[in-house]
Amino acid sequence: MIFLNVALMANEPAEHGKGEAKTENHNGEGAEKADHTAAAATGHDEFDGHGEEDKKFNPGEMILEHIGDAHDWHLFGDVAVPLPVILYSKDKGFDVFLSSAFEHGHKEVNGYKLLHTGKVASVDGSDFYDFSITKNVSILFASLFLMCVIFISVARSFAKNRGKAPKGIQAIFEPFIVFIRDDVSKASIGPKYEKYTPYLLMIFFFIWINNMMGLVPFPPPFGGNLTGNIAVTVTLAVLTFIITHVSANKNYWSHIFNPPGVPGFVLPILIPIEIMGVFIKPVVLTLRLFANITAGHIIGLAFISLIFIFGEMNAGAGYGVAIFSVAFKVFMLVLELLVAFLQAYVFTLLSAIYIGTAVEEHHHEEAHH
Amino acid sequence: MDLIKPELGLLFWMVVSFLIVFFLLKKFAWKPILDMLKERETSIESALQAAENAKFEMARLQANNEQLIQEAKAERDNILKAAREAKENMISEAKDKATQEADRLIKIARENINNEKMAAITDLKNQVALLSVEIAEKLIKAELANKESQKDLINKYLEEAKLN
Repeated sequence: MIFLNVALMANEPAEHGKGEAKTENHNGEGAEKADHTAAAATGHDEFDGHGEEDKKFNPGEMILEHIGDAHDWHLFGDVAVPLPVILYSKDKGFDVFLSSAFEHGHKEVNGYKLLHTGKVASVDGSDFYDFSITKNVSILFASLFLMCVIFISVARSFAKNRGKAPKGIQAIFEPFIVFIRDDVSKASIGPKYEKYTPYLLMIFFFIWINNMMGLVPFPPPFGGNLTGNIAVTVTLAVLTFIITHVSANKNYWSHIFNPPGVPGFVLPILIPIEIMGVFIKPVVLTLRLFANITAGHIIGLAFISLIFIFGEMNAGAGYGVAIFSVAFKVFMLVLELLVAFLQAYVFTLLSAIYIGTAVEEHHHEEAHH
Repeated sequence: MDLIKPELGLLFWMVVSFLIVFFLLKKFAWKPILDMLKERETSIESALQAAENAKFEMARLQANNEQLIQEAKAERDNILKAAREAKENMISEAKDKATQEADRLIKIARENINNEKMAAITDLKNQVALLSVEIAEKLIKAELANKESQKDLINKYLEEAKLN
């Protein structure tokens, strides 16, 4: 039932009523059905002992479940697409099977069990590594594949219209490519911008496309929260960090370890601050994107949750709140469209600025004297 | 909290797949796109430059044409002027020649007349002389019809010759 709610985000208000009716229906049905959905919904520490509150709508669980990762793709109701689980442990080697083998946590497979948090754990508590193709990994693959399709066809379109005015898909993406190249890369990095432009284009479009895909609620691989996942944002930030410091010149390091024009007694304070700054930058990049996108998803889901919270109290109240919730949700969605672009732009711009400071030649005059 | 703890699996797949796709797109999309964008921009730039140059060339040509026209006009005026002068010259020359010829003809005529006149006079003179001689002969014949008078005259002439 929780996934029904998630799916409803995109649908018309009329369908909310239907969802609500089903919710009530579930509540009214036998314990078995409720057990099943609750088990699928995750968020419980215990397998057994579903109390009365399990049947109640739990917005926190629903939201966390949505913005988190999972081992399968829930479509609607109890229908889910299983995804491959890939586990490696020193003792048992690789184990590859479909997540449906867990039967929503009811079954153990080869010494592994599926927790209600959606995570896989070993039954005996031994160490293992989880390389599963989870919901987010599948979104990642899908979005990267989409990028390949889009940009290789853009490149082909460029080749076809060589020396002529842009046409078709090329005309859609060319302004953005030129924007990143001229206003982000060239403006922030300076004369050496050409080397870094492909990376900046890559992160810009990766973040933007994934932000947009996260806003489309249905069907998979849309509606995930990939750019709101810390593993993804930290990878991007670390890549920027590595590129920055691999291309850093003498000037950059001397600004950290021997800031020009600073009296000697301040250096013991300043150098640690500069070194901290080096590491704070990627952390800030990581958290900004993660927090913005995750917060957007939480707010959107919170508005939808209100409908069901009120709906549980009174069906009429649910309908009443639905009007406002949907209005706010639409407003948020429009805002999120802006945020999706803005965060991709900000991440790319900051990456470009960090790279720019690393490759910048003697900018301060006092550096030579 | 699970949310801010990166999961190993996603991290691994993210790094691997992102880098693969990055290098793939760098080779097959970003580099060609950026190259072609640059190429097109330089071609547009050069085309604009060429257009600008053509405009300048046109203006220059136009100025040239103007100058040529001006020159042609001046030339035409010069030619016309020269022609007019030539015409006037010719006319005046012809007039002069005509007067000269007329003068010459008149002069010749006059000379002829003079000559004729002189010839006529000479002829007349001769005639008169001849007549005079004839008359004189006749007179002398008549005078010297007697021997006496012939003798007197011869004596007279001899007398005169002696005196000389």
